[in-house]
Amino acid sequence: MRVRAFMLAAALAGLGVTAVTAADEPQAVRQQLMKKVGQATGALSGIAKGEKPYDAEIVKASLATISETVKVFPNHFPAGSETGMETEASPKIWENMEDFKAKAAKLGGDAEKLLAELPADQAGVGAALGVLGKDCSSCHESYRLKKD
Amino acid sequence: MGRRRRKLLFGVLLLPAVAAGALWWLTKPNPWDAAHWQGLGEPDVANGEQVFWAGGCVSCHAAPRAPEDQRLVLAGGRTLKSPFGTFYPPNISPDETAGIGNWTLAEFGNAMTRGVGKDGEHLYPSFPYGSYSRMTAKDVNDLWGFMQTLPKSANVAPPHDLPFPYNIRLALGGWKLLFLTDEPRADVNTADAKLARGQYLVEGPGHCGECHTPRNALGGFEEGRWLAGAPNPEGEGRIPDITPGSKSIGNWSASDIVSYLETGFTPDFDTVGGSMVDVQKNMAKLPPADREAIAAYLKALPAS
Repeated sequence: MRVRAFMLAAALAGLGVTAVTAADEPQAVRQQLMKKVGQATGALSGIAKGEKPYDAEIVKASLATISETVKVFPNHFPAGSETGMETEASPKIWENMEDFKAKAAKLGGDAEKLLAELPADQAGVGAALGVLGKDCSSCHESYRLKKD
Repeated sequence: MGRRRRKLLFGVLLLPAVAAGALWWLTKPNPWDAAHWQGLGEPDVANGEQVFWAGGCVSCHAAPRAPEDQRLVLAGGRTLKSPFGTFYPPNISPDETAGIGNWTLAEFGNAMTRGVGKDGEHLYPSFPYGSYSRMTAKDVNDLWGFMQTLPKSANVAPPHDLPFPYNIRLALGGWKLLFLTDEPRADVNTADAKLARGQYLVEGPGHCGECHTPRNALGGFEEGRWLAGAPNPEGEGRIPDITPGSKSIGNWSASDIVSYLETGFTPDFDTVGGSMVDVQKNMAKLPPADREAIAAYLKALPAS
C-alpha cells in the first residue's frame, strides 16, 4: 500500500514536472501573457460598452496589467522559439527585433499615460480602448501570423 | 491534285486560323456597350465615399507606409507579392498624367468591372475586377465622382514584375474566359434585403474572396471553397476560413463579426492582425447597417 502510494505520488510529481516544463517554454509563456492582456482588455471593453458599470479600480488594475505584461512580453522570444506549440509569432519578429520591441513599448507607454490620467467614465474608457487597440493591431499587423 | 485533297489541305490550313480567330474573339477585351455608362446622372459623392471604403482602394493604392493623413493620396507603388510575380498597384489619383484624371467614366467603369484598361488592354486580376464585376453602374459612377475629389499625385509606380509566361497580357483573356463572372458566388436567400446587401458587399466591392478563397494553379477560385481560407499569398501563415465552418470564427455570432469589423477586437479580445488590419480600418468607416449585412451574409453561408 505504501509502495503504491509512493508510486502514485511519484507518477503525479512526474506529470507535474512535465506540465511545468511545457508551460515554461517561451511560446507558452508569451501566449499566457497575451491572454492576460486580452482579459484586461475585455474588462475595459465591458465598461466601454456599458455592459459593466464604470469602476475606477477595475480600470486601473486592467491598465496596470497591460502595462506590466507588455514590458516583459518581448523578453520571451529567444532564438529557437520561432516555431512550435502553435505559435503565431511571425519570423519577422526575429528579423526586426528592435521594431518589435518598440511596438510593445508603445503599448506599454500608452497604458502608463492612461494610468497617470485615469479615464473617468464610460466614454473615457472607450477612447482609451481605441488607443490601446490601435497599438495591439499595429503590432499584430506585422508580427502575428494566423495559422488556420 | 484531286479536289478532295485540295479541300483537305485547305481545311488543314484553315482550321488553325479559325481556331486562332475564335480564340482571339473569345479572349479579346470585352468592355461594356457605351450605353451601360450613359444616363447615370450626377454622381452621389457621399455614396461614392461609402463604396470607396467598402472597396478598400487605399489598402493597395496608397503609397507604401503612407502616414494616416496621406492615405487618400492614391499614388500607388506598394508591392503586392503573389505566386505569379510582384504587382505594383498604379497611381489612381486624379492627376491627368501620372494618375487617371483624364479617363472617362466608361474607361474607369470598364477597368473596374471588365478588367479592361484605358487603351483597351487586359488588366491583371490582382486588381480585383473579378469581384468588382458585380458592382452596379450607379455605384461605379458614384465612386468615380468621389475619386475626383481626392488629391493628385505625380508619382509613377513601377511596372509589374512578372516572369514568363505571366507577363503576356494577351493570355489574360484566357483567364477571364475561365474565371471572370458576375454570377453570385454563394446561394443565399436574396429575398432578404439584408442578405442581398451583404452578398453584394462581400462578393462585389468588398472583394473578400480575393484573399479568403483558395486558388487553383491558374489563379482562379477553387470550386466549392468560397471563403474557406487560403494560404497567405504574401508569405507564411494563412488567411482564415470565414464561413460558419471556420475553426477561428465559426463560433462567432453575427454581432461578434459586426463588432470585430467596427473595433478590430475579437470576442476574446485578441485583435485583428496581418493585412486584415487595413481592411478592418476601411470596414469601420461603413454605415453600421452594412457591417450587419456582411455579418448576416457570412453566417448564412454553407459551412466549409
